Amino acid sequence: MSLTADARLAARFAARELRGGLSGFRILLACLALGVAAIAGVGSVRSAIEAGLSEEGAALLGGDAEVSFTYRFATEEERAWMEETADQLSEIADFRSMAVVERDGETERALTQIKAVDDAYPLVGSVALTPEMPLADAFACDPARPCVVAEALLTDRLGLEPGDSLRLGSKDFTLAAVLEREPDSATAGFAFGPRLIVRRADLDGAGLLEPGTLYDSHYRMTLPPDVSVDAAKATALERYEATGLRWRDARNGAPGVARFVDRLGAFLILVGLSGLAVGGVGVSAAVRAYLARKTSVIATLRTLGATRRVIFLTYFLQIGVLAVLGIAIGLILGAVVPMAFAPLIAEQLPVPARFGLFPGTLAEAAIYGLLTALIFTLWPLARTEDIRAATLFRDALSAGRLLPSLPFLGAIFGLLALLVALAAFFSGTWTLTLWTAGGILFALVVLALAGAGLRQLARRLQRAARGAAPLRWALSAIGGPRSEVLPVVLSLGLGLSVLAAVGQIDGNLRGAITRQLPDRAPSYFFVDIQRDQIDGFLERVETDPAVSRVEHAPMLRGIITRINGQPAREVAGDHWVIRGDRGITYSAALPETSRITEGEWWPEDYAGPPLISFAAEEAAELGLKIGDEMTVNVLGRDITGTVASFREVDFSTAGMGFILAMNEAALAGAPHSFIATVYAEEEAEAAILRDVGSAAPNVTAIRVRDAIDRVALLLAGIASATSWGAAATLLTGFLVLIGAALSGERERIYEAAVLKTLGASRGRILGSLALRSALMGAGAGVVALAAGIAGGWAVCFFVLETEFSVIWGNAFAVVLGGLLANLLAGLAFAWRPLSVRPARVLRAQE
Amino acid sequence: MTDPILSLTEARLTLDGNAGPVEILRGISLSVAKGETLGLIGPSGSGKSSLLMLMGGLERATGGTITALGRDLTAMDEDALARFRREHMGVVFQSFHLIPTMTALENVATPLELAGMADAFDRAAEELAAVGLASRADHYPAQMSGGEQQRVALARASAPRPDILLADEPTGNLDGPNGEAIMDLLFGLRDRHGATLVLVTHAPELANRCDRVIRLRDGILDRQEAAA
Repeated sequence: MSLTADARLAARFAARELRGGLSGFRILLACLALGVAAIAGVGSVRSAIEAGLSEEGAALLGGDAEVSFTYRFATEEERAWMEETADQLSEIADFRSMAVVERDGETERALTQIKAVDDAYPLVGSVALTPEMPLADAFACDPARPCVVAEALLTDRLGLEPGDSLRLGSKDFTLAAVLEREPDSATAGFAFGPRLIVRRADLDGAGLLEPGTLYDSHYRMTLPPDVSVDAAKATALERYEATGLRWRDARNGAPGVARFVDRLGAFLILVGLSGLAVGGVGVSAAVRAYLARKTSVIATLRTLGATRRVIFLTYFLQIGVLAVLGIAIGLILGAVVPMAFAPLIAEQLPVPARFGLFPGTLAEAAIYGLLTALIFTLWPLARTEDIRAATLFRDALSAGRLLPSLPFLGAIFGLLALLVALAAFFSGTWTLTLWTAGGILFALVVLALAGAGLRQLARRLQRAARGAAPLRWALSAIGGPRSEVLPVVLSLGLGLSVLAAVGQIDGNLRGAITRQLPDRAPSYFFVDIQRDQIDGFLERVETDPAVSRVEHAPMLRGIITRINGQPAREVAGDHWVIRGDRGITYSAALPETSRITEGEWWPEDYAGPPLISFAAEEAAELGLKIGDEMTVNVLGRDITGTVASFREVDFSTAGMGFILAMNEAALAGAPHSFIATVYAEEEAEAAILRDVGSAAPNVTAIRVRDAIDRVALLLAGIASATSWGAAATLLTGFLVLIGAALSGERERIYEAAVLKTLGASRGRILGSLALRSALMGAGAGVVALAAGIAGGWAVCFFVLETEFSVIWGNAFAVVLGGLLANLLAGLAFAWRPLSVRPARVLRAQE
Repeated sequence: MTDPILSLTEARLTLDGNAGPVEILRGISLSVAKGETLGLIGPSGSGKSSLLMLMGGLERATGGTITALGRDLTAMDEDALARFRREHMGVVFQSFHLIPTMTALENVATPLELAGMADAFDRAAEELAAVGLASRADHYPAQMSGGEQQRVALARASAPRPDILLADEPTGNLDGPNGEAIMDLLFGLRDRHGATLVLVTHAPELANRCDRVIRLRDGILDRQEAAA
């Protein structure tokens, strides 16, 4: 018979069998629906954020386009070009400083991120204040004590109410209102302190924004309709990129945020794929159980002359219809749930989001679902080939061969490769996808082996458990035929492995930041110390017995523009060192904390052509050699030097580390300030801050502990998002457990009936059922923990390059979680075996 | 007649079916003497297996009383019934009802473990040897033939030396020679250990090996006779 005729016949058979309803397929549907819903949901939120960023690009950026400089304002020429090109132009300066409040003889200081604006700010969008008023009205104050607006985080910390005074640098200001929202907040990047907005003109006389101060200037432009963004960008870069101009436009208003959202979204979708893999285990188990029930039907069909192809197609079509149904349910959930919770989600996001239906995102989730369903159903479906007419009424499936035939194996591996390739294509990151896919596959193989190992172990322990009947029965169930240990270890294990790995990585990373770092890290960074202030500053801190170490260095910012005469981007691609400006320094002598790895440091009295000492690790990444030429743009001036040495720079201690150092004569003439790190006992920190603040009000102190807290908070957010992804995997795993418990319920009812006949009480039977669930769950937990610790160690060692130690609290929680989850699923289905009368069960089997 | 070991008075069993209540047993009264072998025969659906289940406390009577060894089974809860079976009864089924996740040895040892015997596995091995299956001790039920499975079931039922042995068509799923071998084993075990045997069967020649035969029809006693 032709394939079409076979397919038609199989479709008729399949339709007849499906008339029986979906009762045996609830878990299959739920597993696929949940897995697809998780991926579609994460994708929809990501797409909503991307749509929001794209639609609100101009407001996020503060104009159609933005030109930025580091450490300086635009030159006359640059400004003239902008005024000529733009409809409207607004200039702002962004820098850190200290806000100071004196109250009852006490002085309180807090770090703040100041945005110094002109009257045109904001060009697009509006600033929201409490009490409600336009920004211009807030600034309309007594010029002798000008007004500012600040975020509640700052006003709360300093105990400020509108109308209260505060000092910035050496000038007093009045708080006019609390800043609720600034339209361009997402473009600011990582800020150490809460935001304060002031008119730049009002800063005159404050001693801030002096030459050498660390600040960025931004020029926002709205462009007339006849000016093309691309043309304006091309002109700007062509004329001024070499002098440090950076360009952004509304098409990608917040590239940092967009990149972060894109990466996090891709990562969460990959975590979601592990959930789908767990769902696949459930699908596979459900298909296996269904086919086991259908053995006699298949054998009968074979007796009546059905070919293997007809039988395969009959069940392939049935499972296919159900898989499509499950995927459709998942897509609906994944599309509708984010929309239903849109206001709630939007409130939690720091960036705008536009919720809606995203067909591309849903198609991606559907493809993942279909491929997963195919991969995990082909294996059990292939075994229908093994059922022959002669096996009618025999336990044929359990006696089948372990692996399906070669064509099926080939198809399964082909589909797997396609799934990985598509995941890499959709996520845009081959490395992460391959690592994730490799991790999932490795975990599945390890878990499958561990499941088989647990079964063997249970068999061996049976002899030792003789005399403790419930335990021996539990071990018999785990070690014997029709054991549920494999689906339990696979489904529970994968989710727990992800959770354990996340827990170990998160714990170690946080440990590295919050425990190890403060022991070695300085107490304070002091920035913007002017040349005439550095001696006084050093005298104060170096004579303090509570200060163990002080490091200071001149600090400038520069952009590496050319390497050996070629544009740096052409030589080094997108390496972070050449992406934007970097802190650079000069020094006559080799700093005590540095170690030369190659080349030689210049003599202390060297006054020849500029020489460069570069960080060794980054130099290797950029492919630099001793003797290479490098051009650095500092404050619009190109300085070309020769690489004379490579140094070892340790960034992990949060101490002072410069990628690039030059000889003194090369940079000393440029306007600059000093940066200092102070290592002090915690009790002495407040006094140092007070004295330095009084003597040099323009100097900004960044407390390292506060900065660490903010970084830790950011990491906690990422870990929490990943944990949610892992939780979805675990939820799918729990569904699979319920599926395993459900499919094994008949066996347990039967076993309980026989045991009751032999005289076992319900208590002992319940004890045995609970023991087997707990043992399997704990086994899955231990295996997952081992996999999670291995994964966590690999990420910490190879990727994060931090020390690794097992976080035992998390480890115990994972094992206990596995035990409890399986116990719960097992006990949920223990009631029927205990309550059913033996006679009914046993006679039904006659 | 000596003191009855099993006694039923107006025992009734009504089950709820889809089409309404179905009366399976409609007032059965009978006694079984200690050491007696009783055959229960009758057409399919006459209620003989249900009667056996009531005697074993595997089914709860909806009316009447059932006493075994002087204890009222109808007054016991599930666990008390289980303990009573453990101490006094062995049951053999037509479909063997071995636990598929346990080996032959483990199946036989289970009631001995339940009885708290320290040498459960040694005794189970002896019982298996007694039914000729010493070499199959480590095999799972799925790895054995029907006849072998039933022999394991027989060993399991007789291992705790029960006072009462209940057998529900033990040869129903077996061919002629296997069936005969099982019956020889069953009666041999019964003779060796002196248990009371109640045997449900379709086969008159098997029933005739019993001391007494009772015929059921539509849930009531039709006739009882002493076997030849």
